[in-house]
Amino acid sequence: MAEPILATESLTMRFGGLSAVAEFDLQVHSGQISSLIGPNGAGKTTVFNVVTGIYRPTAGRVVFQGGEITRCKPHQIVKLGIARTFQNIRLFSNLTCLENVLAGQHSRGGSGLLGAVLRTPAQRSEEKRLLETAERRLRQIGLWEYRSELAKNIPYGSQRMLEIGRALACEPRLLILDEPSSGLNTKESEELMGFIRALIEEEAITVLLIEHDMNVVMGISDWVTVMDGGRKIAEGAPVDVYSNPLVIEAYLGREDEAEEESS
Amino acid sequence: MIKYLRKVQPFLIPVVIAIFLVYPFLVGNYLIDAAFFFGIYALLGLSLNIVLGEVGLFDLGHAGFFAIGAYTTAILNTQLGLPVLLLLPISACSAALFAFLVTSPIIHLKGDYLCIVTIGVGEIVRLALINNPFDLTGGPNGIFGIDFPSLGPLRIDSSTGYYFLIWIVVGLSIIALVRLQNSRIGRAWNCIREDEIAAKAAGIDVRAYKLLAFVLGAALAGVAGNIYASKLMGVSPESFTFWESCLMFCIVLIGGMGSIPGVLIGAAAISLIPEIFRPFALFRLLVFGAVMIVMMMFRPGGIWPRRRGGVEFRSMLQRMIRRNG
Repeated sequence: MAEPILATESLTMRFGGLSAVAEFDLQVHSGQISSLIGPNGAGKTTVFNVVTGIYRPTAGRVVFQGGEITRCKPHQIVKLGIARTFQNIRLFSNLTCLENVLAGQHSRGGSGLLGAVLRTPAQRSEEKRLLETAERRLRQIGLWEYRSELAKNIPYGSQRMLEIGRALACEPRLLILDEPSSGLNTKESEELMGFIRALIEEEAITVLLIEHDMNVVMGISDWVTVMDGGRKIAEGAPVDVYSNPLVIEAYLGREDEAEEESS
Repeated sequence: MIKYLRKVQPFLIPVVIAIFLVYPFLVGNYLIDAAFFFGIYALLGLSLNIVLGEVGLFDLGHAGFFAIGAYTTAILNTQLGLPVLLLLPISACSAALFAFLVTSPIIHLKGDYLCIVTIGVGEIVRLALINNPFDLTGGPNGIFGIDFPSLGPLRIDSSTGYYFLIWIVVGLSIIALVRLQNSRIGRAWNCIREDEIAAKAAGIDVRAYKLLAFVLGAALAGVAGNIYASKLMGVSPESFTFWESCLMFCIVLIGGMGSIPGVLIGAAAISLIPEIFRPFALFRLLVFGAVMIVMMMFRPGGIWPRRRGGVEFRSMLQRMIRRNG
């Protein structure tokens, strides 16, 4: 198989005595939708936080498009092409929806203090470009009608989309979604799946997601990695993973254990 | 009433400028000086607004930066005889440099923690000035004998001259700050205020933009210090107490965090109302505290909070014209 777009190599993250992630190898292949699943506390979000530079790993490496990003700061990683959303939506609540998406364009501009104060032609054309891209993204996620609404005032499902829109405005090569369907109803999460599918087909974007909803995971993923207790316990195509006894055990407990309890 | 004000805004700006131009020729020196101090507080409010209003960093030591600007002017003018107007950018730079040095190690602190450290910074500056390091600051008496600002034949030595000087500086600062608000930098600041982690995830270098806010805020406070020092012809540590920092904080809170018209209203409230109620000076703090409590209960966003939703239209003025047209 081709070189993965993102790979972690024996990634380890310890918080004091607790090993949240241990010797974890993740591979995400270009143009695919990969899912990272596992029971609560398996260390999924920690992996995301390490990849996006919020945590610095205790050991191991993160490689993105062939370059090491282990020591990079979050904003540098965004600039390199990884954008993310959060499990509990983190929007700029008191800014408008358009401003939220525009924020994602930050790393695609470079004008500084003097440009802004003197309003140089270069700065003005850059502003125009950023604004146009943000507007396009806002239309793409279907929230154009909310452009002037404050982010905190729009419905929950729209807030999720808005966060994805902000991440897309970063012009990422790899989009990382942390439980995008949590809190959404069946219809909404189906729409979301359709949106992500379309995204992969239309743009050169790779998606990595954490998901709890098995319908979403099985319906959308090309590749699934399963984590438990900070370690990788299985990976493969969704069908294979679904029937893997180790995975069933991680989610539901062992069969004989259950029998012992009931007897 | 605010709605009404917003409606008349396109006419408001030319009218305000006209009043500003004729004002000093209509009133006596006392009222011109009152307007001068209103200008000083407006500039200080604008400078703190960058840090507190735009980025949401609690800074209760802003008088320290004001002091650095004022003392830079006082020392370099009285010791080396450098002209006051030349010292204006120099004071801005020295306050900015000082801010950069002292805030670099503490910039990662959040909320109340940062607030307490900035109080410490402000107090350290004041105590250092009192202790007269290297015989430079004149101790508790301060430094006197600062020149008038002059440029060629133009010499600012009257109340009217100072009035125009400060308000031209305030005006230029407002233009620059409105432009900053509507730029990539201003938006990044607001994002940091809203959610630091989300700002990082959106690709914003949070640390750099926080430092930039402190440096710019201190530079403007340094400019205010320069003009203040030459107007009073001297400086002393008692002008730069914790109380001054509190006043600046209140200007931003009363007006509305991140709102430039709000800062002007706040500065007017802080500088002019005490003049009007001078006979009740004894109760000033009491009234002040009561006003703050009432404000926080009934208008926590400030008197003139910043309105959002105008990114599509470049400037405040254009926005107003559009709404009316």
